Amino acid sequence: MAGDFSRTLSLGNSSGKSFLKKLHLDPKLLTLLLLLMFSGLFILYSASGQNMTMVYRQAIYLLIGFVVMLIVAQFHPRWFQMAAPWMYAAGIIALLLVLLVGVGAKGAQRWLSVFGIFRFQPSEIMKLVVPMTMAWYLASKLMPPKFKIISISLAIIFIPALIVMKQPDLGTSLLIAASGLFVLLLAGLSTRWMLLALMIVLAIAPIMWYGVMHDYQKQRVLTFLDPESDPLGSGWNIIQSKTAIGSGGLEGKGWMQGTQSQLEFLPERHTDFIIAVFAEEQGLIGVLFLLCVYLAIVFRGLYMASKARDSFSRLLSGALIVTFFIYVFVNIGMVTGILPVVGVPLPLISYGGTSIVTLMAAFGVIMSVYTHRQA
Amino acid sequence: MSFALKDDRIEKDIFAARAILASVSILLLVLVLAARMTYLQIVQHDIYASKSDNNRVQIQPVAPIRGLIFDRNGVLLAENLPSHSLTVVAERIVNMDETLALIETLVGLTANEKAQFLSRVNEWRRPYEAIPLKFKLSENTIAKLMVNNPFLTGVQVEAELIRHYPKGADFAHVVGYVGQINQREKNTLDPSRYKATRRIGKIGVERYYENLLHGQPGYQKVETNAQGRVLKVLERKSPVPGKNLILNIDSELQKIAYDAFAGRRGSLVAIDPNTGGVLAMVSSPSFNPNLFVNGISHNEYNALRDSLDVPLFDRATRGQYPPGSTMKPFLGLAFLEAGVTNWSETINDPGWYMLENDDRVYRDWKRTGHGDAINLRHAMIESCDTFFYEMSFRTGLDSLHPFLSQFGFGQNTSLDVANALPALLPTKDWKRKNRGLSWYAGDTLNLALGQGFMLATPLQLATATSVFASKGKWNRAKLVRYIDGDELKEETKPADIIIKNPDNWDRMGRAMEDVIMHYKGTARALSKNLNYRFAAKTGTAQVVGIKQNEKYDSAALAERQRDHALFVSYAPAEAPEIAIASVVENGESAGSTAGPIAKLVTDHYLKSITISNELFGADHGR
Repeated sequence: MAGDFSRTLSLGNSSGKSFLKKLHLDPKLLTLLLLLMFSGLFILYSASGQNMTMVYRQAIYLLIGFVVMLIVAQFHPRWFQMAAPWMYAAGIIALLLVLLVGVGAKGAQRWLSVFGIFRFQPSEIMKLVVPMTMAWYLASKLMPPKFKIISISLAIIFIPALIVMKQPDLGTSLLIAASGLFVLLLAGLSTRWMLLALMIVLAIAPIMWYGVMHDYQKQRVLTFLDPESDPLGSGWNIIQSKTAIGSGGLEGKGWMQGTQSQLEFLPERHTDFIIAVFAEEQGLIGVLFLLCVYLAIVFRGLYMASKARDSFSRLLSGALIVTFFIYVFVNIGMVTGILPVVGVPLPLISYGGTSIVTLMAAFGVIMSVYTHRQA
Repeated sequence: MSFALKDDRIEKDIFAARAILASVSILLLVLVLAARMTYLQIVQHDIYASKSDNNRVQIQPVAPIRGLIFDRNGVLLAENLPSHSLTVVAERIVNMDETLALIETLVGLTANEKAQFLSRVNEWRRPYEAIPLKFKLSENTIAKLMVNNPFLTGVQVEAELIRHYPKGADFAHVVGYVGQINQREKNTLDPSRYKATRRIGKIGVERYYENLLHGQPGYQKVETNAQGRVLKVLERKSPVPGKNLILNIDSELQKIAYDAFAGRRGSLVAIDPNTGGVLAMVSSPSFNPNLFVNGISHNEYNALRDSLDVPLFDRATRGQYPPGSTMKPFLGLAFLEAGVTNWSETINDPGWYMLENDDRVYRDWKRTGHGDAINLRHAMIESCDTFFYEMSFRTGLDSLHPFLSQFGFGQNTSLDVANALPALLPTKDWKRKNRGLSWYAGDTLNLALGQGFMLATPLQLATATSVFASKGKWNRAKLVRYIDGDELKEETKPADIIIKNPDNWDRMGRAMEDVIMHYKGTARALSKNLNYRFAAKTGTAQVVGIKQNEKYDSAALAERQRDHALFVSYAPAEAPEIAIASVVENGESAGSTAGPIAKLVTDHYLKSITISNELFGADHGR
């Protein structure tokens, strides 16, 4: 009764808050996400060359993503914990099916067609399922994890990661691996192991280069190291995006005034390179604002994760939000030329439905973990 | 129990520690991104700003307006008419066949348009350069294309100025025409001047004065996208139009001359001896030059090319005819200059001539001969060949050649006539080189008849006659009179011809008047209704020069084996205003074919300058 009373008292604060709580949504995170989404639509309107059709479709994707988040948020975290190993198994099978009967585009097989009705990308779902499985596995183990547990964890991470790399989709593969590894790190992996892992990575890098990587992947790395070497081919994107960003200056050229992007010099300007359009038109001020929004989302997410009811929830939620940040970092890093071009969209801003739905599902998990902590 | 070891509080602490570590790392990484952005947007801003400007701002050439061509009275001979063309940017077409099919169903395409377009598609060009497909679009066609614009990506309607020749066939050879720049021309043209130009002068004045007519292209600074599509014009420097040309030609005279041929094969060149200005230059039959501007169809072209009358051939400047007896005034002067004869010496003409140690009989055109007392004057009037055999034998090639070449034979002396041929005034060296034989005395006799190896173009004959009419004073034949108001400068000209006894000009001239006025004159038929002093010389030439197609029926063969009729003249004899050379191929008798045409033109011209002199004073027309 006392609780009810206090709630009534705080009504002046907001009746919407309690409504959102009933929907298992965190108002602060929700506000930040909506801010990001609406900014994204404005950027897209300019980046697509005032293509309203594209903006409407993106709005629908965001709406679908929002609904997905809402649905996922209603699930109690223990459902994820129970489902995790099964989803993992199903995911691995789906990934293998992609290799066998997948639908391809641009020389890579990433899609699975379900009865020819709709297509989906199992690798995209694995971005959620791998950290979920890792959290499920580690939650029942003693933390910080020991050698045997670490080994099994690495197997859980790298089996799907390697299959995805075979599709071939290096970017997604690395992101899947990263999302799993973050669980391991958040679970308290000792610094000794981290250093060891770093050394192993350095050791296997040459093996990757000569044994595993496809020519186009190597080309991306080479272009990254020296974009001027192929100014009209692979280097074009980086040169153009840097030109767009650099010419934006402090204040930018103004919305829809970015000559680089409006004049179609910038490739992929509504998808992976959309930040270049934004940086050109809104300048450094806009970029810093956007970085702050992302930072606020990540910090709020980490805070929400730390408040979770159990280890599984914490680890899963924490890993997902860190992975979200990694998307942001890799995308902006690649567009500004400090990371190789790996084809990672800018979360919730780049045009495209798949990544929006996956990301919003992840935020659904984070919301669920936070809003179900008392029960 | 191991479960007891799993302490949620410891795990929470571990997570909290790791979350803080993650937050710090994330903050650092965000700072890295912020620093990178700051570096690009602040530190390197200037570099990228100028790079960006270069990217979007392009300099595009703007085609200059081609200079106009007028006749001496300001009548337009070549103009630029606004026209809409359908052009296609091949790079932006996904399926060329489908696009062409759609355009065909919308506005119709001829087989020729398609063929020409497809051949241009395969030629090298700048990326995203528009390729013309259809010219002279009607309003209706443009409307249809505009309505279907959404389905025709890469297809555009362009407004441009297209050359038009209002006088058509009359001036086809003289003024010439412009046509699409071909691959070979593209390689030789200055690319910076011709970047925006689609057509170039192919023959005639259009070709000779291409450089002046073309003008200087302007430039426009445009904002483009990476595909080269223009989005906005930022700045514009207007092109400098080409220079307007005023020709010496009188378009009325030209028409009268051309019509006088009535389709017969032949040529007439009329020159003002006082200036060298070409008053008329006709090659008959002719063709419609407008056909060539947008690319002539194969059928039309084949018809012109395969016609027995070779209408595409410019007889006036490239038709090489044996000048025949029209050489006699020049030869006669050469004899007098060499001192081998005088006006009073007479010879006997039995109707033939023979050289010592030579069995060959050189016949006079008159088998019975011209009598036993033929002097130079009568040899001119009656065109006595025997007299000329004898005198040229006496003079010899070594004296004849230098004298005749002073009149421009064997050279192209014209100032601004595109592609005029030098024809041939043979020398001993020439014969040795080209025929592998030494020069015989008989060759000199043939030369005395303007036959044998000797060849001259109507332009050369007219020039020589003009120089003769002005008593050796040289003015090169010139088509253009004014370039944008400035008189055409004649920087170098051949040396004036100085003869030992200048009276010989007049006496030879009077002999030429007698060709018409004397009762035995070869052109006495022209004396009717003559109200000015007309000096002339007739000539016939055996058909050896203009080779025609081998396959023709015997009637045509017979007609085409007749002698060519030639005629040179000037008038009025006391103060010449017009010198003419005319040729009627297979016309046989110059007095009845080539002569009357020349007289008609002379009549008209003298009448017109008399009228204008009365109206504007004596200097008009000079």
